[in-house]
Amino acid sequence: MSKRIALVGMPNTGKSTLFNRLTGAGARVGNWPGLTVELLSAKLLLGDSMVELVDLPGLHNLHGFSEDERVARHFIETQPLNGILVVLNTTQLERQLALVLQLKALGLPMLLALNMADEAQHRGIRVHREVLEAQLGIPVRMISAKHGRGVPELKQSLTKWLRAHPEPSQARAAVLSEDDAIESTLDDMLSQSLHIPVCLSPTRTDRIDQVLLHPWLGIPLFLLLMLGVFQIVYGIGAPLQEGLAWLLDEARTRWLSPLLAGLPTWAMSFLLEGLYDGIGTVMSFLPIIVVFFLAMAVVEDSGYLARAAFLMDALMSRMGLDGRAFVMQLMGFGCNVPALMGTRVIRSRSQRIAAMMMIPFSLCSARLQVFLFFTTAIFSPRAAPWVLFSLYVMSFVLAFFTAWLMRSRTRHNTDPMLMELPPYRLPTLAALTRQSFRESGHFLRQAGGFIILGVTLVWFLTHFPLDAAPASSATLAGQLASWMEPIFTPLGIDQLLSIALLFGFVAKEIVIGSLAVIYGAGGDELSGVLAHNLDWIQAYSFMLFTLIYTPCLSALATIRRESGSRRVMWISLGWSLAVAWLLSFAFYQTARALFG
Amino acid sequence: MTQTLALCDLAAGRCGTIVRIDAGLELGARMRALGLLPGRRVKVIRRSPFRGPIQVRAGQTDLIIRRGEAAAIMLLPCPAEAGCA
Repeated sequence: MSKRIALVGMPNTGKSTLFNRLTGAGARVGNWPGLTVELLSAKLLLGDSMVELVDLPGLHNLHGFSEDERVARHFIETQPLNGILVVLNTTQLERQLALVLQLKALGLPMLLALNMADEAQHRGIRVHREVLEAQLGIPVRMISAKHGRGVPELKQSLTKWLRAHPEPSQARAAVLSEDDAIESTLDDMLSQSLHIPVCLSPTRTDRIDQVLLHPWLGIPLFLLLMLGVFQIVYGIGAPLQEGLAWLLDEARTRWLSPLLAGLPTWAMSFLLEGLYDGIGTVMSFLPIIVVFFLAMAVVEDSGYLARAAFLMDALMSRMGLDGRAFVMQLMGFGCNVPALMGTRVIRSRSQRIAAMMMIPFSLCSARLQVFLFFTTAIFSPRAAPWVLFSLYVMSFVLAFFTAWLMRSRTRHNTDPMLMELPPYRLPTLAALTRQSFRESGHFLRQAGGFIILGVTLVWFLTHFPLDAAPASSATLAGQLASWMEPIFTPLGIDQLLSIALLFGFVAKEIVIGSLAVIYGAGGDELSGVLAHNLDWIQAYSFMLFTLIYTPCLSALATIRRESGSRRVMWISLGWSLAVAWLLSFAFYQTARALFG
Repeated sequence: MTQTLALCDLAAGRCGTIVRIDAGLELGARMRALGLLPGRRVKVIRRSPFRGPIQVRAGQTDLIIRRGEAAAIMLLPCPAEAGCA
């Protein structure tokens, strides 16, 4: 019979750091009966028995109402457990100990780990461990999860403790215990077991905040920092992305093509141009996701994300969101996919969904490629930057408009912006890389099947019937384009361009490549052809449509996975298509009427 | 001259002792867990521009709270020259 321990603690206590310390690399994400979210769990060997440690979402209060708190409580109350390992932040013991008293009412065996013991000592906060043990009647260990101090001893205690409680038990049905009674017990206890200096000297955090949260400098510094993060992510990620694309291409010409040479042309085309190229394009997102999550982990673990929320909340609260959504929206300008995954820092579901709805309007680097190509091909060098700028403005306006539309759903939600501002901490490299690779693994596993399906579909449309030239008007895509002609003609988008839009559904990176195939001309030649075939009104209408019409396949797959709902994905797709059409239509018809 | 004041009206750098919290069950529970409860002393560290949230120190914990939610917390301001909070 396998044993199971739940890891419980308030947010910002280093719970996940301890989880990683205890379990190493073997963690996996799993679904549990009756829970809407996935929980991280891992097996670890304690003495001679295998134990499953489940990392529950952070909770402030066992009787709290946030989604995380409900999930944690539901888990503790329904799953048989050998015990609960509670992690508290020693520096904030005076308020966090209430959670232990609430949990005690459940009647499960408990072990208390006081984390950040080093930080507490540094600030002159002293805990009388033995006194606390006697008061609570449970083992108490002092640890520093970040530096690993006290963790081996904690494991020993866990082993001993498990021997004493070999059988899993069910939590006692929770009495919504009298929290007031807890408060007075708590004050009595703490007066004996905890010593806090009366005057704390201003910390390093206070001094840094005087600059970073300065009334006037705060927001410009935030934007600068975000710009810096952005530059780092795409400065490192984009060359890696190109490198990976190059490697995949080399592998294709050197090994894959000769290997498949015996197959019929259509099979070869399907495997190479359909599956391999399609999956390769999506795979090339991977370096950006890895680097993005490294950077995001720094922003989050250092404590700056909460500061960003503080600075941007005045703006975002008017749209029913909090400042964290703005950070993700900015990150979306690099690539929507990691930004969508990053919305996980927003704990309220309705706000997360709203953030997921607005992020796809962020003008990502792939769309930027299309726009750079079109603006240089069709507009004068003086006009081109302004055209690009107008697209960025449009991107912000649409994102905010979308959030604004959803505000009635987000405003009355249960997650008021009342959050902790943790002190600045230096994140550890190990934690950063672990986080980053875990996210990338998620992306590959979860989005993979969906992406293969999409890629196959687009290949089929652009290659069937097999004797037609790929992506020509004789293919299914061509027929589709001619059926869709009444839809696209009012936007000034011709059939050939609408086929390119179909490719853009897989990934915006391949729009220009597909135009080269469709027009049978590449590079400068393609610029010439486009300039010859399109006037500026058509080109701008096409760009407007490309900006808005749909997040790419990877983004859609991510929305579906992160929201856990197909409906959200379809709404996002439908909404962006509708807005794209309406705006392009409005622009094209107005511009035609005005400028002829 | 002391009278109760809402937390949202307390100037940066001032502190006060919470006397009453007029929040719903849900918000009240969250506030309690974060150390905002009657009898505790809080200090306003800074207020963000454009009517954004307020940074508050309660014990060893720094919090950010929107003005709307801070309006629910009534407190008795400490004398201006009271030492550290």
